[in-house]
Amino acid sequence: MALLNDSVRAEVRTRFKELKNLVKIINFTQEIECQFCADTRRLLEEVAGLSDKLSIEVYNFVTDKEVAKKYNVDKIPATVIVGDEDHGIRFYGIPSGYEFGTVIESILMVSKRDSGLSAATKKKLAGLKHPLHLEVFVTPT
Amino acid sequence: MQLAHQFAMESDKVTADMVEAMEFPHLSQRYSVMGVPKTVANGKGIAEGALPEEYLLANIFALVEKESGS
Repeated sequence: MALLNDSVRAEVRTRFKELKNLVKIINFTQEIECQFCADTRRLLEEVAGLSDKLSIEVYNFVTDKEVAKKYNVDKIPATVIVGDEDHGIRFYGIPSGYEFGTVIESILMVSKRDSGLSAATKKKLAGLKHPLHLEVFVTPT
Repeated sequence: MQLAHQFAMESDKVTADMVEAMEFPHLSQRYSVMGVPKTVANGKGIAEGALPEEYLLANIFALVEKESGS
């Protein structure tokens, strides 16, 4: 049974008309999938199936250690949204509820290769000298 | 949440993780997550609740300046 119902699929398809460049969704799970791992993978596979501009790669967190290391993934389920390069965009845990919308928006943003931030914010961020790691805690409501 | 990803998209210095609090209770505990969204930057809590672009940016730079000791 599909996780996304027909109306959500239709809505996402409409949003995906804005997709410009290719986007790769990279998912880390494991063979005996953790509680939310299987649902996360299925959800992403369904999303990737809604546009030919999207592709998905699924890795095993336990056996594909090198890939996990490359993307600095230290826990699962993990989702990485990649354009021409890795922009540092990650989801840990199932992106459901409100955060499903965030996944769709992040895919669109990467596809447009533009953050959509104000010119002032872009200028300020360009002044960052050291790595900055942001973690935003959310709940699936 | 989207804003953090926008920051990551814009700057190659920034990485941004969405963390589902209930699936990673050890992390939520470490950062004393009582309400969501809670934003942590380089391991330090900088925002509770959703902040507008300029406020999140100001909090980030306040932390960065503190870290660099200036």
